Amino acid sequence: MTGGGVTGGGVKVWVLHLALLAVLFSAQFWLSPYHATNLVRIMVLAVFAMGYNLAFGYTGLLSLGHALLLAAGMYAAGLPAQLWGWSAGPAFIAGVAGGGLMAAAVGLLALRTAGVSFMIVTLMFAQAGFLTLLYFAPITGGDDGFALANASRRIFGFDLSADTPRFLAAFVIFALGLLASLALVRSPFGRSMVAMRENEERSRMLGYNPFMVKLAALACSGLYAGAAGAAYALLFGYAGASFATIQYSILPMLYVLLGGAGTTLGPFLGALVMFALIEAASGLTSAYFFLVGAALVALVLFAPKGILGTIRERWVRWLP
Amino acid sequence: MALEVAGLIAGYGPVTVLRGVDFRAEPGRITCLMGRNGVGKSTFLKCLMGLVPATEGTIRLDGTALEGLPAHEVPRHGLAYVPQGRRLFGPLTVAENLAIGGLVQGNDRATLAHVLTLFPRLGERLSQVAQTLSGGEQQMLSIARALCLKPKVLLLDEPTEGLQPSMVSLIQDAIRTLTGQGVAVVLVEQRVDAVLRLADSVAFMVAGRVEETRDVKGLAADDPVFRNYVGV
Repeated sequence: MTGGGVTGGGVKVWVLHLALLAVLFSAQFWLSPYHATNLVRIMVLAVFAMGYNLAFGYTGLLSLGHALLLAAGMYAAGLPAQLWGWSAGPAFIAGVAGGGLMAAAVGLLALRTAGVSFMIVTLMFAQAGFLTLLYFAPITGGDDGFALANASRRIFGFDLSADTPRFLAAFVIFALGLLASLALVRSPFGRSMVAMRENEERSRMLGYNPFMVKLAALACSGLYAGAAGAAYALLFGYAGASFATIQYSILPMLYVLLGGAGTTLGPFLGALVMFALIEAASGLTSAYFFLVGAALVALVLFAPKGILGTIRERWVRWLP
Repeated sequence: MALEVAGLIAGYGPVTVLRGVDFRAEPGRITCLMGRNGVGKSTFLKCLMGLVPATEGTIRLDGTALEGLPAHEVPRHGLAYVPQGRRLFGPLTVAENLAIGGLVQGNDRATLAHVLTLFPRLGERLSQVAQTLSGGEQQMLSIARALCLKPKVLLLDEPTEGLQPSMVSLIQDAIRTLTGQGVAVVLVEQRVDAVLRLADSVAFMVAGRVEETRDVKGLAADDPVFRNYVGV
């Protein structure tokens, strides 16, 4: 059985990723405005899920606190734009940095635990973050959040509230995120992440410092979450505490599990399929989450490695 | 002078397993550790690697103190460990396992080429997923991965256990080649025939201590020393 692992596939892998990007880029020309806006949301949430995938799928860190990182990015971008009139470029950079720094700070404490304890500690951090946003409601807008002024949603002269620039901005962020994630998991650092996921003690015997590798992986994951949060705020003009609720910690996990943990395209596919499932089910019944749940249970039963994980295991071994 | 251990005491929580181990391993020589089950052979190797903390005693590698170092620092000083049961990164390919093994030393091509010269069979299976290799090939990969660390001392815990004779012989040849290149090998081995064929000296452990060390030259399979310490 050859061509597996995380670095197989060679040129085919890059061609596959570039082909996906070409299809997504072209989608702005053939999708309706409604579906194009949905695709913008999917691409932004897929960036969030890519970050989750780096922590969970590649490094084995099962976090329930990623909503905090998303919110950190969202508010680190949104507040300077709102309070001091920062434009979209600097605000976005602040958001990415906010997510990364928050992840590193949480990681310094949470990574002293592992497994279920790590899940609970990260969940507690996220809840604390959510409550902090509510507590400082005069600044953060609390539950209601706040809308960003259109003047702050401009970059290189383009208005991000307009359909085409918003689509292009989301596409650029998604494309950079995807290619960086592919390069990262195929790099020596990516191998050390996988070594951590597979067995910490074995990795330690080979000279790896598990704490530092996991901290770096979590910080990278935070950069992605921060980018997604900042992008969401700037592209849709809104930041709110609802993005710090546990729902937004569970969503990236579902996207990754659905698409395939430890696959580079899995987060996007998971976000896309989940979005489509909710869209289709909500047209049939108001209890649409019941149908979505049933579909997920079926997936876990028949394809526990997710869609791409199963495809990789059975047919396409070179999928990264 | 390579590895010198003096008065090493270690265990698991309140249970003391090593009770003052004194031990030496010289460059270019194979030193076997023998003893009955539970005397602390594997614990000793784990303690050398920092995986089981020493409560007393010293571990010196070319004069550098290793005791008290965090486990991930030890391999950087020239100690490599192949534990019992192979313990590969199963879902990864042979090439990826080797790359992970050599990462902290910079993954230079010369080291990889050297490792593949020792185990040419791995060179033919670089893109094969590790968990699909045969038992013997997995053991080769486990040793090869450790060699990517360019060790001065290689610790092997029963490397030929459960393997077919042709594989045993390939692995033993590789170990001999390594000692020819100046690597000190510490080998936990239970089979007398393997010890007599491979080792230069043998250290017998009893109840967490090295009780006696003998040169293999002059020892025969029916020597009473084996019956005394190993029960065979």
